[in-house]
Amino acid sequence: MNIVNAKKLRLPADNAHIKDLSAGEIVLLSGTLYTARDQAHKRLAAAINDGKELPFPLGGAAIYYCGPTPAAEGQIIGSCGPTTSARMDAYTPLLLAGGLKVMIGKGVRSDAVTQAIKEHGAVYFSAIGGAAALYQSTVRKCELIAYPDLGCEAVYKLTVEDFPAVVTIV
Amino acid sequence: MNMKQVDAAVVQRELCKLITDCLITPDKAVTKALTQINTDSEVERTAAALIVENNIIAERQRLYCCQDTGQALFFVKLGDEVICKGLNEAINNAVKDAYKNARKSVADPLTRKNTNDNTPAIIEYTLTDGDTLEITFLAKGAGSENMSRLYMLIPADGEKGIVNAVVDAVEKGGKNACPPLIIGVGIGGVTETACSLSKRALLRPIGQNSERADVAELEKEILKKVNALGIGVAALGGKLTALAVNIETAPTHIGMLPVAVNLQCHSLRHGSVKF
Repeated sequence: MNIVNAKKLRLPADNAHIKDLSAGEIVLLSGTLYTARDQAHKRLAAAINDGKELPFPLGGAAIYYCGPTPAAEGQIIGSCGPTTSARMDAYTPLLLAGGLKVMIGKGVRSDAVTQAIKEHGAVYFSAIGGAAALYQSTVRKCELIAYPDLGCEAVYKLTVEDFPAVVTIV
Repeated sequence: MNMKQVDAAVVQRELCKLITDCLITPDKAVTKALTQINTDSEVERTAAALIVENNIIAERQRLYCCQDTGQALFFVKLGDEVICKGLNEAINNAVKDAYKNARKSVADPLTRKNTNDNTPAIIEYTLTDGDTLEITFLAKGAGSENMSRLYMLIPADGEKGIVNAVVDAVEKGGKNACPPLIIGVGIGGVTETACSLSKRALLRPIGQNSERADVAELEKEILKKVNALGIGVAALGGKLTALAVNIETAPTHIGMLPVAVNLQCHSLRHGSVKF
């Protein structure tokens, strides 16, 4: 879809570009996202607390709250829309302290997370809930990088192009 | 009396097809309403257009319209002149077959270990008169189900209490439930009656009010109040928070007024098959 006046942002994003965003703007994201939802967050938080190495560098990273359907034959990935961000709130301040810069999901965040996002100069984007086939069409590469035993909750490294999202907390 | 025999293998095959089609194409009334959206907000208009485009892509490419292909719910009306040996197993096998390519979203509540085939199906049986077996499928994702609520009101709360309860549920959970919503409300019975009615209410065609005049008035009043909350499509602010409020009722205890509110996302995936 051609979105009139949409800003474009490359990921990983540098601090200056994040500062330039304002709530309510529609942005087309291109670059690297890591998928992580409930169980992956539990493991990432445990790894940080235990001082263990993470499966991807958290500094400057963008996490997409998403658990895709399996890829059909000949496809890179299955349908992959956002899941409810609030379920990740308990882990998010810890990840932000570790350098996480961009989160993409759907719905509201807690006051503690909102405050932590602002303190760390990070950004939370809302993706359109339920638009999973549309988001599938923006994925150019998909690589399973951690926790394969978690199935759809594993961590995938995605390369996306013109992924539509709305700046929600910055 | 001659009982009608229905072959469980046929049920399994037909249900598998039904589930797959439902998971790809959401209720067309939702897409139509989003196409006709009337809003001043550019962001809301864009969000609605993106959902419409999503539903077109899903149908054209045979992709699941939402990655949360849900827990598989079934409402079975079993005629008392029908025999279908192995029906329960056939329904669960249909889920296993259909979800081979879909997401396995069912896990043990404590260990969180996945069942790996999206079973068990959640099945509600109703015994009816006659020789028809009718099975209705509804896929329920976590995003909207998590935002559903049960209010144990008392008779003194009355209709005002019911309106306030539904609006409260949408105010508290609507933003996380992938609006525009279909709001199922179950009033009466005991706790599980109200919850079951609120789920069944989602199956009523969008735009069709209750046959009971007083209930239809309540539905209209609540829809107006909910759409005044400003949540809008994809919770990005706007006018279209809900497409329908459907209320189902059942007689309740003289000392009770249970009200269950089930929020359904715009990916309304349901369908029926008769044998």
